[in-house]
Amino acid sequence: MNSVQTAVSQTSPPKKSFLYDPKVRGVFYQVVLVAAIIFLFYVAATNAIENLQRAKIASGFGFLNNTAGFDISQTLIQFSAAGGTYGDAFIVGLLNTLIVSAIGIFFTTFLGFLIGIARLSKNWMVAKVAMVYVEVLRNIPLLVQLLFWYIAVLGALPQPRNSLEMGAGFYLNARGLFMARPIWASNIEILVAVLLIGLVVTFIYRRWARKQQEQTGRQYPVGKVTLALVLGLPILTWIVLALLGANPISFELPRKGTFNLTGGMQILPEFVALLLGLVTYTAAFIAEVVRAGILAVSKGQTEAAGSLGLTPGQTLRLVVIPQAMRVIIPPLTSQYLNLTKNSSLAVAIGYPDLVQVFMGTVLNQTGQAIEVVVITMGVYLTISLLTSFIMNIYNRRVAIVER
Amino acid sequence: MSTAVDMPRFVRARQVEALPPPNLARGPIAWVRENLFSGPFNTILTLVVFFLLYVSVPPLMKFLFIDAVWTGTDRAACRADTGGSESGACWAFIWDKLNYFIYGSYTISERWRVNIFFILLAVGVVWLLWLKAPRRDLGAVYFFWVFPVVSYVLLTGGNESFSGRFWIGFAIFGALVIALFAFVAALLKASLRPALILGGGIVAVIGITLALVDLDFGLAHVPTSLWGGVLVTLLVATVGIVVSLPFGIVLALGRRSKLPIVRMAAVIFIEFVRGVPLITVLIMANTMLPLFLPGDMTVDRLLRPLIGTALFASAYMAEVVRGGLQAMPKGQYEGAMSLGLNYPQMMSLIILPQALRIVIPGIVNTFIGLFKDTSLVAIVGIFDLVKTIEASRIDPAWAAPTIGITGYAFAALFYFVFCFGMSRYSLGVERRLAAGQKR
Repeated sequence: MNSVQTAVSQTSPPKKSFLYDPKVRGVFYQVVLVAAIIFLFYVAATNAIENLQRAKIASGFGFLNNTAGFDISQTLIQFSAAGGTYGDAFIVGLLNTLIVSAIGIFFTTFLGFLIGIARLSKNWMVAKVAMVYVEVLRNIPLLVQLLFWYIAVLGALPQPRNSLEMGAGFYLNARGLFMARPIWASNIEILVAVLLIGLVVTFIYRRWARKQQEQTGRQYPVGKVTLALVLGLPILTWIVLALLGANPISFELPRKGTFNLTGGMQILPEFVALLLGLVTYTAAFIAEVVRAGILAVSKGQTEAAGSLGLTPGQTLRLVVIPQAMRVIIPPLTSQYLNLTKNSSLAVAIGYPDLVQVFMGTVLNQTGQAIEVVVITMGVYLTISLLTSFIMNIYNRRVAIVER
Repeated sequence: MSTAVDMPRFVRARQVEALPPPNLARGPIAWVRENLFSGPFNTILTLVVFFLLYVSVPPLMKFLFIDAVWTGTDRAACRADTGGSESGACWAFIWDKLNYFIYGSYTISERWRVNIFFILLAVGVVWLLWLKAPRRDLGAVYFFWVFPVVSYVLLTGGNESFSGRFWIGFAIFGALVIALFAFVAALLKASLRPALILGGGIVAVIGITLALVDLDFGLAHVPTSLWGGVLVTLLVATVGIVVSLPFGIVLALGRRSKLPIVRMAAVIFIEFVRGVPLITVLIMANTMLPLFLPGDMTVDRLLRPLIGTALFASAYMAEVVRGGLQAMPKGQYEGAMSLGLNYPQMMSLIILPQALRIVIPGIVNTFIGLFKDTSLVAIVGIFDLVKTIEASRIDPAWAAPTIGITGYAFAALFYFVFCFGMSRYSLGVERRLAAGQKR
């Protein structure tokens, strides 16, 4: 009897207050949280509507079609104060942000890897210099560095009338770097087509070469062939076309007038200062990422590669780097994102990026804070989420495959 | 067949002469040879680096020290056309403006209050960060409650003079809170005493805080528009850390919660904040905060970026704390539960003390980032160190070509000293924490 009783009491435990049921409590907490959030949003929204009405500020996204009425110093698309709308200004700002981020990411990767590898160098001098670089750059706010670069870059440059002539159509003065502007003729399509063919052939050749190596062990000169196909072929085509008298690319050189330079392509000093600041600052962080990644590859891997008879170069290329990249990629991505987000500091030195144009000028002119802030933040969020999405795919490809 | 057999044999009959001892295996020359000139590539590398140093370091030293102007009362000292030297840094400018860089426009006769704030801050930081300091639990109470309240009274002057109606309202609120705790305790059939103590404690803490802010200590009121310089920089950083640590812990717990809505709310907040640049958050706080409040309420100009940076830092802190929570072995959670601890007890007594300890380096690193990011408040018009330098740079009394560079060099030095110090500390803690794992 006794055992039966225990069995019964085990299957149906003594009835407790439902208040002690973790499920009930969980539901209760969540209901409270949702209620609090809804209340907060409700209060904020009603206040905002009231305040906007009192300040007679329009709402909605209609302002994007209104004429902007201000000029932007760097425009990658056609934009003028008279004809451009706020929507156009947004696109101009966005493109400026994207171009400085893209170029910045390109250079900072090089510099970061260089310094990261230098920190691990057996050469004491090189390692120490790299260490000092990283420590100094990492511990000073980017804003201070940007302002410093801006003054240093601007201060060192001469007035337009005595521009520095650097040869090959390059001029440098306080208004920026002037260089030749390429003008595409209509038959540029031939060149593009040749480049595409080169890329496709390279891709096929590389796959074939890899398969051959896996099957027979024979190695093919992949690097040289790639170089010849991707770079050599278009250049050859260009030369042939130019000799035939149908040059697809010509250059417009900047001309020196009495007071100013006309024509050509102008790179703003703000752009240069921002790029310099972003590249040198982010490189310090990337250097640390790279160093950590390389150190994460255990010494046994290098030794094993050596005992298989690989040369130091091969060891680095085939054994160390592929494994280090697996560790490096995720933090490297977040550094790229940081660079993109940090490019918003352009507002401090007057480079017309998204924040400066849209959250600065447009916000001040229209007063439509909510719409402008939502759009700007939306852009950065989209970039962030998109990048992490793409990097996740890549990461899955390089991640360790275990049984 | 075997090669060993076919090999010509040779046995040396006489002993060979011993090689001369390696006379250069030790000492500075051997070190230089091994570390700087161990091969042609390394030699070239060393020479290139030497060349780079030769190009960059002597001019820098010349600018910062040798040619620098140390004394002077106005721009004449730093301009070539008035007999000064303009090839070096103008430290006289920094010296002249130093008080402005530290206190901003804070009322001169009241600056001793700022000095006390600096001392209180230093005490709190040392108490919390020095791992062997006595009673670090009291240190936390000091840093997260006593210090903020005292600093507020000290810096603003306190004496908010709440009306009598306010205090009556607070009394009713207090009674309601205590009654709510008692009611919940009764509902759960738990003992009444701890509930009353908890409710009373919360009311008492809020009440004492309000009373301190309300009381008249005879301190003159200093409006926040006068604050500036290092004071504001340290203030923004301190508010950031004081708010972001508790709030970040709450967010991290939310993100690890089993309740789907709680988790979702935490994830959305964290990922949203981490996905946008700080400057947009600051501009948002600056322009949208006044919109969201009732029309007659205004937010202090200094308070807006404080809220922005605090929220921003919280999201990053949450991710650091989450790392610590995830590093806790599952056995710790299960052990706590098997002892019959409930969720708050398990977290506050078992998990968080261990988790926070292992993420101290991460917390300090976040704080370094936060400290550097405080410079961004200059962009929304707050007079922090960078902004005071910007403002002094265009002062006509000090109009000279080297002023800008000198000012930013000073700012860079200031931030570097603080951030480098913190990063050394975090490295030290890391090494200490790893000591147990070392074999």
